Amino acid sequence: MDKIIKIENLHFTYPGDEIPTLCGIDLEIERGSFVAVLGHNGSGKSTLAKLLNAILLPSDGKVTVSGIDTADKERTLELRRTVGLVFQNPDNQIVANLVEDDVAFAPENLGVEPEEIRRRVDDALKTVGMYEYRMHAPHLLSGGQKQRVAIAGILAMQPDCIVLDEPTAMLDPIGRREVVSTVSRLCREKGITVLLITHHMSECVDADRLIVLSEGKVVADGVPSDVFADADLLWSEGLSVPATTKLLYELNKSGINVPLTAIKTDDCATAVVNALNLVK
Amino acid sequence: METAILETIALRHVYSAGTPFEKTAIGCVDVRINKGELVALIGHTGSGKSTFVQHLNGLLKPTSGQVLYNGTDIFADKKTTHNIRYKVGLVFQYPEYQLFEETVYKDIAFGPKNMKLSDAEIDDCVREAARFVGVGEELFEKSPLELSGGQKRRVAIAGVIAMRPEVLVLDEPTAGLDPKGCDEIINNILEYRKQSGSTVILVTHSMDDAARIADRLIVFSEGGIFMDGSPHEVFSRTEDILRIGLDIPAPTAIAEKLRKLGLPVPEGIYTSEHLKDAVLSIKKGGCTNA
Repeated sequence: MDKIIKIENLHFTYPGDEIPTLCGIDLEIERGSFVAVLGHNGSGKSTLAKLLNAILLPSDGKVTVSGIDTADKERTLELRRTVGLVFQNPDNQIVANLVEDDVAFAPENLGVEPEEIRRRVDDALKTVGMYEYRMHAPHLLSGGQKQRVAIAGILAMQPDCIVLDEPTAMLDPIGRREVVSTVSRLCREKGITVLLITHHMSECVDADRLIVLSEGKVVADGVPSDVFADADLLWSEGLSVPATTKLLYELNKSGINVPLTAIKTDDCATAVVNALNLVK
Repeated sequence: METAILETIALRHVYSAGTPFEKTAIGCVDVRINKGELVALIGHTGSGKSTFVQHLNGLLKPTSGQVLYNGTDIFADKKTTHNIRYKVGLVFQYPEYQLFEETVYKDIAFGPKNMKLSDAEIDDCVREAARFVGVGEELFEKSPLELSGGQKRRVAIAGVIAMRPEVLVLDEPTAGLDPKGCDEIINNILEYRKQSGSTVILVTHSMDDAARIADRLIVFSEGGIFMDGSPHEVFSRTEDILRIGLDIPAPTAIAEKLRKLGLPVPEGIYTSEHLKDAVLSIKKGGCTNA
């Protein structure tokens, strides 16, 4: 399959720092996939995100997105149209007084024709379920709604890939559900590649792939059920596992044979019931 | 009846009154917080939790209604309002943005200094507070800006604890931290409460934390109190909780699913530990064909 992101031997050290933040990352991300990235505070997740659209440039190694080398200054604009970033704090990324103006900001700057902007803004707002709010003032929306407006602003650029850096950290449970279901739909229905950086284990469950970073290196990489099955590794990295994995892990330790890979609530419950019936 | 250390009577707060943006943030809230309780406040964004807690130490003045501290109206006179800041310590969301001193020690000492304590007393308060939140003395002379996110958060909390407040109010103290960082902060708070006997009010979006550590949950919705009760009372009303934009703890959701599949798991499970024990006791009992 087509690899949209290629990262080769990526090293990054912040100016003035002695210790590198990223030390030797090699990754390839498939086009159209939904990838979650976990890691403790300071593991290098946000730095990696910023390297994907040339907010930062590699100290060593190479990052290419859709064939564009991020270090190629001639193509920075093209790159930023290809990869959109959504940050943690919705209040820091809203620029206009009206929701639809905010969403139109990027295409306006890209010099898109007015009619085309209208069409893209309407489409983007409908996609994230905020069309009815197009004439509202963004600062009066809830956190989850603001994040969806921020995502719509990225969508209006028609990017191939969206990178979200802890977009749900400041949100309530419903805000989290709104944002995660929106991005997962973008991936499944529109084929947009999604990289979701998060601290919430439950948000990784539906991803195609889960990457765990620690001290600037990739320490685990696979389908979420396999990665979570190594609960000891996650705990030792200061992370956690979903409640489903935790239960299965404890039951295994107590001699009930259940697969650690049943990470969805329904699968987990079924696995437990089956195992108990066998015991009997 | 136990003494209420904090009580609100018909508390109402309207933002931007008289403008087109007028919004009633909270309307008619009556709450009694008893001495020594650990209460979690949960509710969707904009439900009024943060507005509510900012009244508890007099930062916001009610549009109407009263806040009583040990039976006295905290807005009775200027002196009472001033002193309440030391009795009820409020830790804001992302408190690390408010660190400003040159050194960690000075930052933690800022509150006690304002209380006009002697240098020896201030030193006591600072060391004690730092110990509670696990900030080592080797960090005292560092600039707070050199610390990691989790350390900064702990220093900011220590700055409030250093005033030895009777009531500690924390507004989402774990937001943005990784799971280990969250656990550490929660354990610091529990330990502080155990040793000091303080009353603790915790605003949180983590249903798992609320269920695991609080004696009592107050659920806000649309600027009012939607429910007030034990974690069991609150989380047994799954549909209502989901309807107002919240969630039930993950272990509770698994327990519910197990029950649907016919496993006799008891109601009122909201921690992983409890869920594991319930399943194991079913295994021993061998009564799986419900």
